[in-house]
Amino acid sequence: MQVYVCAKHVPDTAANIKIKGENDYDTTGLKFVVNPYDEYGLEEAVRLVEKAGKGEVVIVTVGPAQAANTMRSALAMGAARGILVKSDDKFLDSRTAARALKAAIEKDGSPDMIFTGKTSVDTEGSQTPYRVAREFDFPVANEISALEIQDGKATAEREIGGGAREVLEMSTPCVIGATKGLNEPRYPKFPDIMKAKKKEIKEFELADLGIDAPASDGAPVKLEPVPERSGAKIMQGGSVRESVEELVKTLKDSKVL
Amino acid sequence: MPKTGVLIETENGGVKAINYGLLTAAMGNKENEVIAFITQNDAAEAKDDLAAYGVSKVVQLKVGSGDINSSPDLCARALAAAVEEFELDHIAGLATAPGRDIFGRLGAILDVPLVSDIQSIDYGAETAVKSHFSGKTMATVKLEGSPVVFTVRPNAVDPVENPVDAETAEFNADVADGPKVTVKEVKASQQDKMELTEAPVIITGGRPIGAPDNYKMLDECAEVLGAAVGASRASVDAGFAPHSMQVGQTGKTVSPNLYIACGVSGAVQHFAGMKTSKVIVAINNDKDAPIFEKCDYGIIGDMFEVVPVLTEVLKASEEK
Repeated sequence: MQVYVCAKHVPDTAANIKIKGENDYDTTGLKFVVNPYDEYGLEEAVRLVEKAGKGEVVIVTVGPAQAANTMRSALAMGAARGILVKSDDKFLDSRTAARALKAAIEKDGSPDMIFTGKTSVDTEGSQTPYRVAREFDFPVANEISALEIQDGKATAEREIGGGAREVLEMSTPCVIGATKGLNEPRYPKFPDIMKAKKKEIKEFELADLGIDAPASDGAPVKLEPVPERSGAKIMQGGSVRESVEELVKTLKDSKVL
Repeated sequence: MPKTGVLIETENGGVKAINYGLLTAAMGNKENEVIAFITQNDAAEAKDDLAAYGVSKVVQLKVGSGDINSSPDLCARALAAAVEEFELDHIAGLATAPGRDIFGRLGAILDVPLVSDIQSIDYGAETAVKSHFSGKTMATVKLEGSPVVFTVRPNAVDPVENPVDAETAEFNADVADGPKVTVKEVKASQQDKMELTEAPVIITGGRPIGAPDNYKMLDECAEVLGAAVGASRASVDAGFAPHSMQVGQTGKTVSPNLYIACGVSGAVQHFAGMKTSKVIVAINNDKDAPIFEKCDYGIIGDMFEVVPVLTEVLKASEEK
């Protein structure tokens, strides 16, 4: 069972994003992590190999040289080794990223399954699973919160709104975009972290894989903070009822209700 | 005039209301001709509803063999064929669960950029605005590719009526191979709940709700408000609500007209999922809760006392 996990190096979701210039952000002192949705994919991949009793999980990342540190934490979660395709473009377009992921995987081995997350928490493009699948001509299912793989067939569930779920069926190998609910990613123990330091991370440049840098710059034209509200108008009133009545009146007067 | 194709979502035989904002975004400043594609319902029945929002042609989208609604693969391939047939300059859909899936596939099939979950669009400047970094920043991104492919966040664009005359047509897309992915089954929700990302009003309960059963209090208020009920991550992690109800970083991103947060402290991760709401109201018994710094209106009080009164006052004001 040869399983590949495409994982992105992204700013920690709890971190503040300091905007630099018109369309960039400052990475000085910014904590980076494995994209949280990719971790659900990684956990599923590790469990799959553990269950099969043979094979390995390989982490594949397209990102800057510093992404190797982020990959160590994925290796501590049970991946055997990593492949880093180096690119300093913070807003690398997803088509180029998918081609680079495909080329890196193909150079390494023959995938029985490919996992990733439903979206990345930095650029929120939500399309890498589809593009990687297209590159391999594999079936794909995204936003998956339950998965079963048996006899060359994958059965996957995704929420389609209001708590209703769709059950999708496809052949393997396929690409699965994971979301919360699929599993509870393990918390690496100290020996796992130590072992991960010695695991292999192969590095490539885009050009080594025959990938052209994108023709146009994927960076946004402008990046700006979402304005915060200045603070609540607190409903005053002697009683709960008076406060509630004032609120309803305010909402009605401003045509919100 | 540039042509914009739009995939329409239907429900129980009718056009879902969230499509109208999408149509307004598709039309731009009345600068595009809008062609609607419909797969589940009868194009003729939807025609009048869609024409009121500027659609000049309603196309029944089908596949040569098989059922277009049995696989997101088939639907995406049929749309790709429609782009060519109707010479579309843009193709747009809603950033809902089905929309995200079909447009993700479509972007890959056409091998052009996909701009996901936009909140506004400017055809003149060829840019769109979307969230980056989980709602912490807004990015103005370039619209590139031919066609331009994008999805619009539900409720982000206010619908504007623009009645025109519409015609209907049928397009049978030739998709040679069978689908790679098929929908085997749809498991209905145990309760008939409104989808959070599509709701115009949302009332959310945080961890102090204390038990799954206590959400009934919010359900009652939601019924009067025409609202969907949400939950904070802390409440979901405590087992009081399913993940499908979670608003925030690892849950759903919502943009309703009115968001009422009950017993929610106001963590950055929660705001990431709801800060684009038009009006935010907080009900919390801790006057120092961070949420009061970042919302529009607040009531300092225990939600178990405030919410039932709110339900009562809303009911009384409706009866007037």
